[in-house]
Amino acid sequence: MKKISNALWSLASLVSIGSAALAASSEADFKSAYARADAAEQEAGHLRNQWLAAEAALADARKAAAKQDFETAIAAAKEAEALAKASIFQTTSEKEAWKNLEIH
Amino acid sequence: MRFWLTILAVAALSIAHPTHAADSIDPAADARAFRNYFVEKFPNVKLDDFANGPYSLNEDMRRQWEGKEQFPPYEFSLEAGKELFAKPFANGKHYADCFAEQGIGVRQNYPQFDGKSGQVITLELALNQCRETNGEKAISYTGDDMAALTAYMAFTSRGKPFDIKVPDDPRALEAYENGKRYFYTRRGQLNFSCATCHVQNPGERLRAEVLAPALGILNALPIYRSEWGGMGTTSRRFVSCNSQVRGVPLEPQAEEYRDLEYFLSYVSNGLPISGPGSRP
Amino acid sequence: MASSIRVRAIVNGETTEVQTLIQHPMDSGFIKDDKGEFIPAHFIQELTFEHNGRPVFVADWGTAVSKDPYVKFAFKGANKGDDLKVSWIDNKGETDTATFKIQ
Repeated sequence: MKKISNALWSLASLVSIGSAALAASSEADFKSAYARADAAEQEAGHLRNQWLAAEAALADARKAAAKQDFETAIAAAKEAEALAKASIFQTTSEKEAWKNLEIH
Repeated sequence: MRFWLTILAVAALSIAHPTHAADSIDPAADARAFRNYFVEKFPNVKLDDFANGPYSLNEDMRRQWEGKEQFPPYEFSLEAGKELFAKPFANGKHYADCFAEQGIGVRQNYPQFDGKSGQVITLELALNQCRETNGEKAISYTGDDMAALTAYMAFTSRGKPFDIKVPDDPRALEAYENGKRYFYTRRGQLNFSCATCHVQNPGERLRAEVLAPALGILNALPIYRSEWGGMGTTSRRFVSCNSQVRGVPLEPQAEEYRDLEYFLSYVSNGLPISGPGSRP
Repeated sequence: MASSIRVRAIVNGETTEVQTLIQHPMDSGFIKDDKGEFIPAHFIQELTFEHNGRPVFVADWGTAVSKDPYVKFAFKGANKGDDLKVSWIDNKGETDTATFKIQ
């Protein structure tokens, strides 16, 4: 009986350590996701074409992370990164594309 | 063998990408083409009337506007601007000391290219430079005081044709071209350029608003917008246009905005100053 | 302090045409300021035009009228040189009044 309860106790401890480890990796995941998004948004800033939605998504990511809701935070950070990258793509392609609108 | 391949590659590259000098910047040609585009698109509109924006393209709006012009909503801001303009700085000097003709009837000359600093000086920038030169703090480019001051200065120039100069200085030509490029470049999450609304769709509706033609669009600035419940500057308009296409606005009087104002004013040369204006 | 009321009243045949521009914030109470707090309602509740002591135009206003209201109307029975008295009172009890000559 004692063996089983000891085993159960060890199992329980392992699980709790495991989920703590999981939570810690989520924060690390968030940090790297946010860093990527932030870097992309900064580049968009250098190119003078940031989108309001990217800024809003970054803010949402920060808010969720502050509440320790890393799942939401990571999703928001990924959204922000996608939006920032889209704005960079827009700026790059518009370097030539603008001429199509020009009145001649 | 590799040597010759390199020569061939370089030759191919130089043919495929002509140098920038070949595409010379010709503001006068641009202005002619710009004007012709709108005159052909709207043959029933008198040239000078383009300075009245949507009222030149929509009869119903025009009637309401003409009725209100007898007692315009911008009167309070205009009076405030006259008072602000006349008020001396702490050192005893006035705004009038910073401008030609005491600042009366000069609005149509702005923006101008300043050879010394190599940048475009808009009226708003000139006013704040005047303040700082005389020991005063700069005022907000999007606030009521700047709107009132520019409204007064615009009023003293009413009827005078835009007279913007782009001197044969590579820096001025570059600033002009920069402004033109900004005008036609799509931006923001909605992927609109200034041209999308004001060249491709003037007279059309964007939700409840009727879009103004780009020709003469700055002639009425600053404007009293019913939407704002007050007078707003060119800076304010550029900033709000950026956020309306879901782009993060640049800082007021950023180089891009000043160059944009330079381009848009130049291609409207000859059209009369109609400011301060009132808009929905 | 300058009056908040500007009036142009012109006789045109049998009628007098009146235009007015009044400086007033006409806050509805629904708008928030920069700090996120509601700007309290502050609007004209009653606007009265009197000719020879007789009210010729009375308006009961609420929050739907915009800032710096403009009013245009016409009435009969006045002559050039007569007085037109304009007065308003708002929800805070503030008032203003001015008298103008009909042209």
